[in-house]
Amino acid sequence: MAETGFLKSAVRSRNLMLGLALTSVFAIAALVSLIWTPYDVTVLDIASKLKSPSAEHLFGTDHFGRDTFSMVMVGAQTSIAVAFIAVGIGIGLGVPLGLAAAANRGGWLDEVIMRGNDLVFAFPSLLIAIMITAVFGPSAVNAIIAIGIFNIPVFARLSRGAALPLWTREFILSARVAGKGATRISAEHILPNITNLLIVQGTIQFSLGILAEAGLSYVGLGAQPPTPSWGRMLAESQTLISIAPHLALFPGFAILLTVLGLNLAGDGLRDLLDPRIRRTGR
Amino acid sequence: MLPYLIKRLGSLIVSLLVASLVIFACIEVVPGDPASFMLGINAQPDTVDALREELGLNQTIAQRYMSWITGLLTGDMGTSYTYRSPVSDIVADRLQVSLPLALYALALTVLVAFPVGVLAAARRGSATDLSVMGVTQLGIAVPNFWFAILMVIVFAINLGWFSAGGFPGWDAGFFAGLKALTLPAVALALPQASILARVMRSSLLDTLSEDYIRSARAKGLTKRQVMWRHALRNAMIPVLTIIGLQFSFLLAGAIIIENVFFLPGLGRLVFQAITQRDLIVVESVVMLLVFAVILVNFLVDLAYAWVDPRLRARS
Repeated sequence: MAETGFLKSAVRSRNLMLGLALTSVFAIAALVSLIWTPYDVTVLDIASKLKSPSAEHLFGTDHFGRDTFSMVMVGAQTSIAVAFIAVGIGIGLGVPLGLAAAANRGGWLDEVIMRGNDLVFAFPSLLIAIMITAVFGPSAVNAIIAIGIFNIPVFARLSRGAALPLWTREFILSARVAGKGATRISAEHILPNITNLLIVQGTIQFSLGILAEAGLSYVGLGAQPPTPSWGRMLAESQTLISIAPHLALFPGFAILLTVLGLNLAGDGLRDLLDPRIRRTGR
Repeated sequence: MLPYLIKRLGSLIVSLLVASLVIFACIEVVPGDPASFMLGINAQPDTVDALREELGLNQTIAQRYMSWITGLLTGDMGTSYTYRSPVSDIVADRLQVSLPLALYALALTVLVAFPVGVLAAARRGSATDLSVMGVTQLGIAVPNFWFAILMVIVFAINLGWFSAGGFPGWDAGFFAGLKALTLPAVALALPQASILARVMRSSLLDTLSEDYIRSARAKGLTKRQVMWRHALRNAMIPVLTIIGLQFSFLLAGAIIIENVFFLPGLGRLVFQAITQRDLIVVESVVMLLVFAVILVNFLVDLAYAWVDPRLRARS
């Protein structure tokens, strides 16, 4: 019964549905591009370079004659993969740290973890990426690491904050009385109770990750050629904007709509999963 | 206030120390020897030796760290090996672009977000409110460098109102400089203003639902009086937090936006330094940017304590 009620209100949430629809379009485009694209993006066709959008090339072609529509499809893979893994790093490392801090509230471990968090927070993800790139050179992997590091304190803070009030609740007390240790309680009782929050925040960080990946690859710190990426397509379009402005339009819209979709989905999920928390716009 | 100040100052210093250690360590883990890393594989051995000498690589790590830190504290950031001039001179030069750009963008952010946020909150649920929420939702999702490119297409290429990039220098006149920074500042401000307007709106709505607001209305104050005298001031704390956070986003964003407009600021300096493997510049500029972020957060904390006496008492 509860399940169907949940589904009903999910379908009724306009934000969630619109967000999921937008996000699915790009997720499906990325998946389809793994096996099929209208044109092969690795084949250069100089004869048909810089074509305006037409029935043949929906989004036109670039300076190498590659089909922009196909490039945007393949670019979705890079954006989604980078942002998704970066969220995974944030959750995988941040949540255990946050739970450990909450379990040791006021102890030295709590203090060390939270101070470390503040420190990482002081490095904007772009600066982390710059440092990593200066030392190891630019690549998609380094972009993932940079965005992932930025995500760790976000999830650590969130899970600590959400876990602290839970530790005073009766069901935790009874688990303690039953002899369970802090680690088991965190994993078996705290974690399931903060999953909703993590899902909502994960959606938001996912959208921030897409934006960050686009920014990094725009300045050349992300995925390297020949891997297509939305950010780099925009960087390459910039020298051609006076003769082929369409090249700057489509990858940008792809980023905008993906991020918008994730943000709307995040809003919708938040209203649905946790009505107590009101969206503040971040 | 004083004990609070001392405590915060202490943690400011610790943060800066740890940050400097992290940055220094990052540069230290460069594969192989920094001198040959910077010069590339085709460098002559005696050139490498000369650079090793200059970088102080013959000293111990601790000595190098100490001389870097004492240098930073005395304003000596070493000599850039690509520009062959003191890093502090280059940085001072580039700051003349980056700092005004960040402040310009911050001013635009606040000037747009405040009235828009107040308007949306005052007319909650109206068409105005809905369109503010819609437009800001878009503003948050737009990648600002793409928005910058679109503005170049419209305002520089098609309308010819602005130049597509570059900076004439402040010598060309204050307004010429300001004009060159206008499109970049707007691009930087768009997502931040969208976020801030939403925070402003929701913070005001929270405050407006408080009991003391109802009392103020009940004793006969008009909606407008309540808004200005009671609600706005109390809604400022979350808004201040976000402004503090935004400064670091503005700095990071400026690094990208400077590249869109070919502005000779710190951001372009860092990128050129990376491509030229000029680690001395990278190390010091990153430290400077992190210092700026940590300092701003410190100032925001002090501002809280000033606005909200409860925070002072708690420490």
